[in-house]
Amino acid sequence: MHDTLVSIRGLSKTFHSDRGPVYAVKDVSLDIPRGSIVGLVGESGSGKTTLGRTVLRLIEPSSGSTYFDGTDLNSLNTKGMQAMRRRMQIIFQDPVASLNPRLRVRDVIAEGLVAHGVGSGREREQKVAALLDEVGLKAEHMNRYPHEFSGGQRQRIGIARALALDPDFIVADESVSALDVSIQAQVLNLLLDIRDRRGLTMLFIAHDLSVVEYLCDVTAVMYLGRLVEVGPSARVYSEPAHPYTRALLSAIPLPEPGAKRGRELLQGDIPSPLAPPSGCVFRTRCRHAQATCAETVPSLSPRGDGRKAACLRLSEIS
Amino acid sequence: MAGITTAPERSLLAVMLSRRIVALALAFLIMIVGIAVFAPALFSLDPAAMSVRQRLTPPGAAYWLGSDAFGRDVLSRLVHAGRVSLLIGAGVALAAAFAGIFIGLLAGFYRRLDGPLSRLIDAMMAFPDILLAISLVAILGGSVINVIIALSIVYTPRIARIVRASTLVVRELPYVEAARALGSSTSYILSRHVLLNISSPIIVQATFIFAYAMLAEAGLSFLGVGVDPATPTWGTMINEGRQFIDRSPYLILFPGLAISFSVLSLQLLGDGLRDALDPKIARQM
Repeated sequence: MHDTLVSIRGLSKTFHSDRGPVYAVKDVSLDIPRGSIVGLVGESGSGKTTLGRTVLRLIEPSSGSTYFDGTDLNSLNTKGMQAMRRRMQIIFQDPVASLNPRLRVRDVIAEGLVAHGVGSGREREQKVAALLDEVGLKAEHMNRYPHEFSGGQRQRIGIARALALDPDFIVADESVSALDVSIQAQVLNLLLDIRDRRGLTMLFIAHDLSVVEYLCDVTAVMYLGRLVEVGPSARVYSEPAHPYTRALLSAIPLPEPGAKRGRELLQGDIPSPLAPPSGCVFRTRCRHAQATCAETVPSLSPRGDGRKAACLRLSEIS
Repeated sequence: MAGITTAPERSLLAVMLSRRIVALALAFLIMIVGIAVFAPALFSLDPAAMSVRQRLTPPGAAYWLGSDAFGRDVLSRLVHAGRVSLLIGAGVALAAAFAGIFIGLLAGFYRRLDGPLSRLIDAMMAFPDILLAISLVAILGGSVINVIIALSIVYTPRIARIVRASTLVVRELPYVEAARALGSSTSYILSRHVLLNISSPIIVQATFIFAYAMLAEAGLSFLGVGVDPATPTWGTMINEGRQFIDRSPYLILFPGLAISFSVLSLQLLGDGLRDALDPKIARQM
């Protein structure tokens, strides 16, 4: 057994558009320890969704690899990958579009079991009933259609579908973003329960920083296709190292009325991934940027307290 | 977990029949199909029996719808011709739907095949329908099965285009990605996720093609390039009656009415289906 279930090594994805190559994910390396929840945060367009898809090989990487339990996923052929999919699943953002409206809930949840030839019809039905119970729905709901459920309930159906094959690893792509705050909390607690019960490993993609702080053991911050900071959530949140992480965290609203904190406002927008800045990708919006930042690409270097940050001036500015 | 609501949904048929004109069209179609299927077995209706002394008899007690230039009973011929016309319409609708679904799914789901298949579809649609049909029947020879083949080739691109466009939309939806993540096979994804969700426009278009095919068959037969003249169809009856149009207009009146009402009913049914399957319109009905 390895302690690292999923090891991402130098993963890049470049899309080819009419206006030239789009560097969606650039040279990302990340270890996801077995049984942990790693949060991946970043603005819209930072490449977090593409990274999540590429890790699962739903999108073919341009370069780099994902090692799943020691196996290089890129070395697998179609058949090998199909078999490997039993062990890794995804939960989507949109609870409406992620469920086929023409299939009954029982067929939605049993799809993976059918695809991998698991169990007889009767066993599948029992499994679906057990899964519905596990995600807080009732067994008799299996004969209904997705449109008969609320958003939160649909998201539970999507979670049950992902759990059907008893996977080791789940990518949750903005899985609570589309829900009301009260429902978000229910679904987050459900995910935590499931993690504890099943010992699941999860990559949780979100733009909501509070959600990630609550849920995740490790937080990884992404900016313009690159990881800029990775570390234990408690450390990253209490003492952000990278200038981008600092700016991001200072934007979280405080729950007390009238409370103020020193906010580090970012200037301008995230640059286009069609033409990323040279050197450090964040330098165009960084108030600590110097001439050297335009020349050298900072690597994700360890800081000693289990954290890594990609900034050339880390020791000077902290 | 409260709040599960089951909206009382009306069935598709109930929504369609709430429009009187659609209900009327459906009733008419059921009637002519019923007549075409059962009447020849129940009554003695010989479409080929000639009675030279009673040529061109106007409608009356002996011949309800009159007799033609060979003294053949127009009613008997009309019923038998209806069987052929309906068979051709249904055959073309089914064959064009199958071929169009196959081509459209390939073009919509596999990016590599999209270019060549779409160009082929465009090229076929550039020919006027009836001209392409005449050429194909001329090559294949005139028989019921060859007319079905020729018209199926003519109408396949219409289905293929709709299937391709709908597939392009559904292919990108998260539930298709979920299916890939679960390890489902491409054939399962195409049948359960794609085809199931694009069936409504296909059914509607197939209904219209049923009507177009009956009309085209009548046109081909009228032009003398359809099924061989020994087989009565509504088109051949009009063609034969044309010479006596001033003396015995009933010869073309009844097959003409049969074509018009059948095609009109099918079109109305298609419209009704399209509206009933569209949730935005169906709610207002």
